[in-house]
Amino acid sequence: MPILQEFKYYRPTAMSEVLKLMPKYKQPLILAGGTDLVNNLKTEVAHPDAIIDIKGIKALQGIKFNNNILTIGALATFSDLIDSKIIHSKFPVIAEVAKTVGSTGIRNRATMVGNICSAVACADSGPVLAAYNAKVIVQGKNGKKKIPAKEWFKGNKQTVLKKNGIVLAIEIPLPANKHAGCFVKMRRYSGEDLSQASVLILALPGKQYRIAFGAVGPIPIRANEIEILLNGSDPTPELIDKIKDLIPSVISPITDIRATKEYRLHMCRIMFERGLKAAVSRLNGTGPVYGCNLF
Amino acid sequence: MKIKTSFILNGHKILIDIEPQELLLDVLRDRLGVKSPKCGCDRGDCGSCTIMINGKTVRSCLVLAIEVDGQKLTTLEGLMQNNQLTPLQQSFLRNNSFQCGFCTPGVILSATELLERNPRPDEDEIKEAIAGNLCRCTGYQPIIDAITHLITTQNSSPSKEKRKGVKS
Repeated sequence: MPILQEFKYYRPTAMSEVLKLMPKYKQPLILAGGTDLVNNLKTEVAHPDAIIDIKGIKALQGIKFNNNILTIGALATFSDLIDSKIIHSKFPVIAEVAKTVGSTGIRNRATMVGNICSAVACADSGPVLAAYNAKVIVQGKNGKKKIPAKEWFKGNKQTVLKKNGIVLAIEIPLPANKHAGCFVKMRRYSGEDLSQASVLILALPGKQYRIAFGAVGPIPIRANEIEILLNGSDPTPELIDKIKDLIPSVISPITDIRATKEYRLHMCRIMFERGLKAAVSRLNGTGPVYGCNLF
Repeated sequence: MKIKTSFILNGHKILIDIEPQELLLDVLRDRLGVKSPKCGCDRGDCGSCTIMINGKTVRSCLVLAIEVDGQKLTTLEGLMQNNQLTPLQQSFLRNNSFQCGFCTPGVILSATELLERNPRPDEDEIKEAIAGNLCRCTGYQPIIDAITHLITTQNSSPSKEKRKGVKS
């Protein structure tokens, strides 16, 4: 399908050029990986008068770790996340998430920042960023701002990003040197399929937990109610059963072509239990290897 | 407005005027006559439009042609050297790993990238690497067999063989 609309194309090499270009157009759009944007251009969901390709801006590349904060640049692809040594050693569950996104050909191009800018309800990056209390670094007209992940998503395909705002990076604070996580994603087959439901669990020292669900509401859901019940306790079978009964009040899945509401609700209970047990056993050094499929 | 764009395609320098909205897949097939990348789903799901940019597989249906200015592109046509099939391609022939052949260029490029990074992948890693390439004929097993067969029969490191194959 050809793209039937015309637009200007720019590939600046510095952020200062981007900031000068943006106000000159009514609907400028930023292009990084393009795996969502090019589809939106074909289907005319997006109508930009200018496309600003930021792949030439070196400052937006890379994954860094300083002062216990992980910084994922706007140009870091999911393949970069999977290959990153620092993610492998400090935040392995981020690589576990990244491995479930699309296929290698998509992951070589698609960025995590692009994923949260598209902000579709089933975006795989949502739960992990919610659980880690990540911050989105935005360059606006009046300088830089840090927006907490829980405020970032406004609805399906909606974020708080204002016109002419650009996401520079995502910051993720290390919650504890020794911590573990687990991401369980429900999908029909690997390689392409979008998430039908997902759960991300972090197990921290001192019996502290963080739980987030994806694709079962318009935005990622951080399950504070569950965390309150779990924190300070071992996940006994009785406690897990109690929490599983609480899950339907925490999430709000819909029925669509990929799964029914009832199926998603049912599977979230199972995925939560599997994910929690895996995260806790990983914290104790005995869990399944990161990246294995628990669904 | 057309913009002068240049890139290396299978070792040859290409200079071409491109409209910003032209898709890389269409430019390769319709303007440059490179027919191995195919248009299947046209939305990045099926992998039949797979090509390599700087040695990494991408979906050429999701790339604007203008984005690849200054990059090195490899399509299936560029894997051969001196008209010789790569060992991986020969293994596909030996194992009857295709019927209609529509998915094959993408599958071979994905497998080439895998072996380049990981010369001894296990079956799960092979499946993961080709998971984004849909085949509607063979049922995948002959494809997996071809890759496995190559790994088990080759004495020299497959990664070196592949590195020679990829011109980018």
